[in-house]
Amino acid sequence: MATTKKKLVQWDPVRVKAELLAKYPSKVARKRAKQIMLNEALANETPEISANVRTTPGIITMRGCTYAGCKGVIMGPTRDIVNLVHGPIGCGFYAWLTRRNQTNAGPDGENYMNYCFSTDMQDSDIIFGGEKKLAQAIQEAYDLFHPRSIAVFATCPVGLIGDDIHTVAKRMKEKFGDCNVYAFSCEGYKGVSQSAGHHIANNQVFKHIVGENDAEKPGKYKINLLGEYNIGGDGFEIERIFKKCGITSIATFSGNSTYDQFASAHKADLNAVMCHRSINYVADMLETKFGIPWVKVNFIGADATAKSLRKIAQYFADQELVDLVEAVIAEEMPEVLAARTEVRTRTEGKTAMMFVGGSRAHHYKELFNEMGMKTISAGYEFGHRDDYEGRQVIPTLEVDADSRNIEEIHVEADETRYKPRKTPAEFKSLEEAGYTFKHYDGLVPDMDKGTIIIDDLNQYEAEKLVELMKPDIFCAGIKEKYSIQKLGVPMKQLHSYDSGGPYAGFKGAVNFYQEIDRLVNSRVWSYMQAPWQKNPELSAAYGWE
Amino acid sequence: MLLRHTPKEITERSALAINPAKTCQPIGAMYAALGIHGCLPHSHGSQGCCAYHRSALTRHYKEPVSAATSSFTEGASVFGGQANMLQAIDNIFAVYDPEIIAIHTTCLSETIGDDLKQIKKKAEAEGKIPKGKEIISCSTPSYVGSHVTGFSSMVTSMAKMAEPTGKKNGKLNIIPGWVEPADMEEIKRLVGLAGVKSILFPDTSGVLNGPLSGEYKMFPEGGTTVKELKSTGDSIGTLALGEWCSGEAARWLDAKMKVPCRVLDMPFGLSATDRFIDALRMIAGVSVPEEIALERGQLVDMISDMHQYLYHKKVALVGDPDQLLAMTEFLVSLDMCPIHIVTGTPGKKFEERIKEITKDMPFAVNVRAKGDMFLLHQWIKNEPVDLLIGNTYCKYIARDEDVPLVRWGFPILDRQGHQYFPTVGYKGGLRLLEKILGVLLDRLDRDAPEHSFELVM
Repeated sequence: MATTKKKLVQWDPVRVKAELLAKYPSKVARKRAKQIMLNEALANETPEISANVRTTPGIITMRGCTYAGCKGVIMGPTRDIVNLVHGPIGCGFYAWLTRRNQTNAGPDGENYMNYCFSTDMQDSDIIFGGEKKLAQAIQEAYDLFHPRSIAVFATCPVGLIGDDIHTVAKRMKEKFGDCNVYAFSCEGYKGVSQSAGHHIANNQVFKHIVGENDAEKPGKYKINLLGEYNIGGDGFEIERIFKKCGITSIATFSGNSTYDQFASAHKADLNAVMCHRSINYVADMLETKFGIPWVKVNFIGADATAKSLRKIAQYFADQELVDLVEAVIAEEMPEVLAARTEVRTRTEGKTAMMFVGGSRAHHYKELFNEMGMKTISAGYEFGHRDDYEGRQVIPTLEVDADSRNIEEIHVEADETRYKPRKTPAEFKSLEEAGYTFKHYDGLVPDMDKGTIIIDDLNQYEAEKLVELMKPDIFCAGIKEKYSIQKLGVPMKQLHSYDSGGPYAGFKGAVNFYQEIDRLVNSRVWSYMQAPWQKNPELSAAYGWE
Repeated sequence: MLLRHTPKEITERSALAINPAKTCQPIGAMYAALGIHGCLPHSHGSQGCCAYHRSALTRHYKEPVSAATSSFTEGASVFGGQANMLQAIDNIFAVYDPEIIAIHTTCLSETIGDDLKQIKKKAEAEGKIPKGKEIISCSTPSYVGSHVTGFSSMVTSMAKMAEPTGKKNGKLNIIPGWVEPADMEEIKRLVGLAGVKSILFPDTSGVLNGPLSGEYKMFPEGGTTVKELKSTGDSIGTLALGEWCSGEAARWLDAKMKVPCRVLDMPFGLSATDRFIDALRMIAGVSVPEEIALERGQLVDMISDMHQYLYHKKVALVGDPDQLLAMTEFLVSLDMCPIHIVTGTPGKKFEERIKEITKDMPFAVNVRAKGDMFLLHQWIKNEPVDLLIGNTYCKYIARDEDVPLVRWGFPILDRQGHQYFPTVGYKGGLRLLEKILGVLLDRLDRDAPEHSFELVM
């Protein structure tokens, strides 16, 4: 029973995997076996996992769709673009303020984050087509708000009925002249998960916005922060640290971002990639077209934050920046260490499981490490093999039939604006100093031997894992939260942060320590049995006897 | 200002919906299906819908909401989702073992024209449905109606499970409509107090307001059983609460099973509860017990005690048609003035009935079916109100316009209580009134100058 304080539950990963698979029909068992990997931590070779493959029907997946990946994740957080959903009302409604991308309306005050815009397609639009209504809706949005940009998102039926949203968008853009209108073919059925939506968003942002503003941006050490969505204010905390270090953020993709940030992204000198899965496409394209290199960073965890800041400073190779970064780390860390020491007395040795989207299951391992907690099982909803095993596997990846129709756009070096940010000699010396550009090692190498890595975890496996391995905390999303808690195991949402946060940066680390301490040590887990259930064998007697 | 781009000046929009006062059909079907004991709802479409619907219901109830999906890929979207559904049926029964799978559709499977009945037949023919297990389905195209429509369609599919034996069961069917689990419990309590035996369907009490005990049951104790649903054809009659939510199912049982029905308003507030209790008494041939009369008297007492704070206060309302009709009537009965009323769900009758209920009001009443919250906000800017009643999305308007808000309806994402405390019946009326008075009096306290800051209200 989860109420009893148990430590070091004995579990054998091979047996856990066998138990997870035992209940499945044989075909499903074969498929799932490839998506459940026991981490052997081999010296030279990481075992292979099957990922980014179609969801098994009826299995109760945690996954969402391409529209969610495109509109919900990447494009949703930009405050001054009117995001117009072309479809029946649901898709617009469910993505309305449900991800906690915080925004600051800024001096111009343009902020459409609190609005939901939809063409609210009706059956007549399905029958006769929705292009006219879409054009009219774009017109009405323009007349009402005069935004600098309107983005159109396709939903499931749009592709089926053949609405040409790109032509409509182009026509309206030409008509307005002062409003960039473009569209995303992110129908929910494309690909196998949110991931296809990321790719589609990356392509269109790059095609239609990046590079639109050539004005010089003031400031030193110019970077873009890619794949940071400012959930619970994470981006604000990172921004605070950057400011202190004198690092200039040109664009964030896309937490608390603006249209102009995207348009000016090519003016940065380094791309720092947080969420590899969602934004690595833009990182690659910015490099190819404009010559901006990218590095993987992680601002989740105080130690990881310090490491990432040093990585950025090392790149710019300017002593002033190096010194400032060290000074900032020295100033910020004492408070973090004090909080860490304090909670560690209560969190040391506890175990965690994490099944989150496409990057957090890895990033948050850092925070748990800092608290002396061990991650015994982890996985992604929609990571690809490179997110698990590292980008070196990319050349061996085969695109299967379900993802073949996701457009790969071809980008070439910009004739006039391509500019290498470093000389070949400078790159070489950085690399010799251990610097790795354009690389991500993935989750697997960071996981301990004997841990279990699971792709596209489903409801049955989640319950079974908790039952067999009894973690002290389980991290996933809203759909998993309450069933896990019914089992008596604290559950932390690592998508929405359960209204908490920020968890990034130095202040975020302190927040997270305190939150996890609260959860794993809460008294509530001791209340599950009533006194009369704890001692059922005793017969009741009158209290005054 | 959170909604700083909303202008006071109202321009007609024919294509652009902003801040909808509705969502799409399948979530209603999912909610209704959760009111069947041992049921796993299934979404026949691409998996994003299912994830969104589960998340929305979970955020509202703070409870697990299980549902499966056919997880359409692009191939299935072009060539049909039959193979996906058949696989899903296999996997669901093997892994999750529900008593019944209740399938609904999405705009995807509806647009491509998948035939659920035919898929079910094929599943039966291939022996994919284990003995004693059931599959029901309904068509819930997201581009028609709203979440309320989807709810109604699934409830109708539940009614269609009726298998009359020719022998009356002596029970009354009660279709409560889309109300909270606590409301369903309250309706059962009232019916029980009146000494009437009933089959309530759907019934999410005990499903979406469960305990924490260290055990997770995907299929909790609650829910209307399949056996009960089959028995609805033998009932003495059906009381359907809410035209939009429950009317269709009740009329189907009436027309096809010869179970006579009456369609009433949802029993929110004094008068609608009066009509519900009265109908219950007449149909079942029982007398109303003193306990119910006492509860009614308490509600009337509270109205008279606090009337001065309610009189002629202007109210804006947004939500679903059945709930809004009853609430509007309740507000009128309190001598309050509901002046702006919006539902996103289409239906001309809604506007007509609101006009009828509010015809004696001293103010003009704005009412719109198929409206949205952007329009509601503009109305409020043009004619301010003292109180706003609606779901959590109203908090943005409430803060911008500095209007007290009572959270009521679906979804409520930022408060709790709705899953545990009813707002139907006289007891629910007391709670609604308490909530309304609470926010109005809090506002008085907040705004009163020091010399008139009163201890006693």
